[in-house]
Amino acid sequence: MFMIFGIPGPLLFGQLLLGLINGAFYAMLSLGLAVIFGMLNIINFAHGALFMMGAFVSWMLLTYVGIGYFPSLILAPLIVGIFGLLLEKTIISRLYKLDHLYGLLLTFGLALVIEGLFRNAYGSSGMPYRIPSVLQGATNLGFMYMPNYRGWVVLVAVVVCLATWAIIEKTSLGATLRAATENAPLVQAFGVDVPRLITLTYAGGVALAAFAGVLAAPIYSVNPNMGTNFINTVFAVVVIGGMGSIMGSIVTGFALGVIEGLTKVFYPQASATVVFLVMVIVLLTRPRGLFGKAA
Amino acid sequence: MLEIKGLNAWYGESHILHGVDFEVREGEVVTLLGRNGAGKTTTMKAIMGLVPRREGSIRFRGAETIKMMPNQIAKAGIAICPEERGIFGSLSVTENLMLPPVVAPGGLDVPTIYQLFPNLKERARTAHGTRLSGGEQQMLAIARILRTGAKMLLLDEPTEGLAPVIVQQIGRTIREIKNRGFTVLLVEQNFRFAQTVADRHYVMEHGKVIDMIPNHKLESSMDKLHEYLGV
Ligand SMILES: Nc1ncnc2c1ncn2[C@@H]1O[C@H](COP(=O)(O)OP(=O)(O)OP(=O)(O)O)[C@@H](O)[C@H]1O
Ligand SMILES: [Mg+2]
Repeated sequence: MFMIFGIPGPLLFGQLLLGLINGAFYAMLSLGLAVIFGMLNIINFAHGALFMMGAFVSWMLLTYVGIGYFPSLILAPLIVGIFGLLLEKTIISRLYKLDHLYGLLLTFGLALVIEGLFRNAYGSSGMPYRIPSVLQGATNLGFMYMPNYRGWVVLVAVVVCLATWAIIEKTSLGATLRAATENAPLVQAFGVDVPRLITLTYAGGVALAAFAGVLAAPIYSVNPNMGTNFINTVFAVVVIGGMGSIMGSIVTGFALGVIEGLTKVFYPQASATVVFLVMVIVLLTRPRGLFGKAA
Repeated sequence: MLEIKGLNAWYGESHILHGVDFEVREGEVVTLLGRNGAGKTTTMKAIMGLVPRREGSIRFRGAETIKMMPNQIAKAGIAICPEERGIFGSLSVTENLMLPPVVAPGGLDVPTIYQLFPNLKERARTAHGTRLSGGEQQMLAIARILRTGAKMLLLDEPTEGLAPVIVQQIGRTIREIKNRGFTVLLVEQNFRFAQTVADRHYVMEHGKVIDMIPNHKLESSMDKLHEYLGV
């Protein structure tokens, strides 16, 4: 067995891959949070619960209706996205004129309600979701065996993150979004239906969280707490990357996943706290985050 | 084209416009003159639906717009170039130019716009709109609303703080778009400049229109005007 820095190679690469997987979820979740924060000025505390809903909806589609993994990748984000759209239209939109704190409290409450409902209905032990057969097995990369499904998750996450980035930075819809983030009244005075744009942005960010949930279902068991486990780290990612920065969220998400994975190899005791350590250091040196813009 | 009757507007508790009355006819260039704080910008914003509360009547092409949202007013064919210019720093110059959606046919195409504003063509690839100079930002703010097909333009102090050559260029642009059939409501501090482009002038004071002076009577009304504007 070959060794790197006194660590067995397969162990190192195994943790690196686990780190990349976690990083993929951090990136997708913090991306949605950043987009929502930019447009709505709300820190969406319900994001973890909506991620969990994505996993649950795909599990329900499979269990009750017999709809499999690949259609679920489209259907579950669509269903949860519509749920998000209704949430924004009926409840969240009432808070825009109030202090940010209310939006935070409301979405935090929504998260508790959603998770509570699922816990009541399904308990908290978790249900397995089978890896689709074409993605089962592992590939020998020479230096390690990579489970195919994990490789697929990293690949899809990278594609989805870059596609989201491209939509926001390179299309005219994205330009309208960025402009509305800067000065919504003026954009509305140019003829854009800004309230509708805000609703769609929220729904889009929520759909992205649900999409991540579907990807996560076969890796982590489908259970009501799966969002909560992630979301604390994801908030740290958003803070480190800089609120509202798209590329910042993506890069920071993957990087922190990897840092976490490597810490597990070299100093396992710190693996749960390393992300917050990085957050403290970044905040002390760059209060607006690594990719944050100056005021 | 635009008829305003008994327009009142508020920012929170402060009552700013107290029954503004005036009209702009199709193809005219009309100015609002008045001291600082007279309510000129507030009038522009109220027409666009950008004040928190407004009452009275604003009819555009005969249709009442007082209950409409800003995006509906824009769709009806009114476009604003705001006092603070409103160039977006997270958008490139080209993105800023292309941002306002086309609301009607008959807007200027991009080559024509670059002909009117050659500087913009040179700076088209600038990644952040706010990197432009003040004058270039002002041109961009005017240029982007010429694209949309809106025929009623609200220009709030387009010459403020700009060098004389650029003021002349903006003057030429206003005369050019008037020839192309646009209607312009122009806020101006500088009535010497206003005189070179406008058909009529309304004078505002304390949130009301207190006088109207046709452009050909401006010279003979200088004493009165100096008194109104306190210059
Ligand atoms: N956002 C606001 N909130 C509260 N009061 C405001 C606001 N904007 C303007 N005002 C007040 O409304 C009054 C009219 O302001 P407005 O900007 O319409 O004046 P103006 O004629 O455009 O002046 P200027 O020539 O300086 O641009 C002023 O007394 C100003 O203090
Ligand atoms: Mg003003």
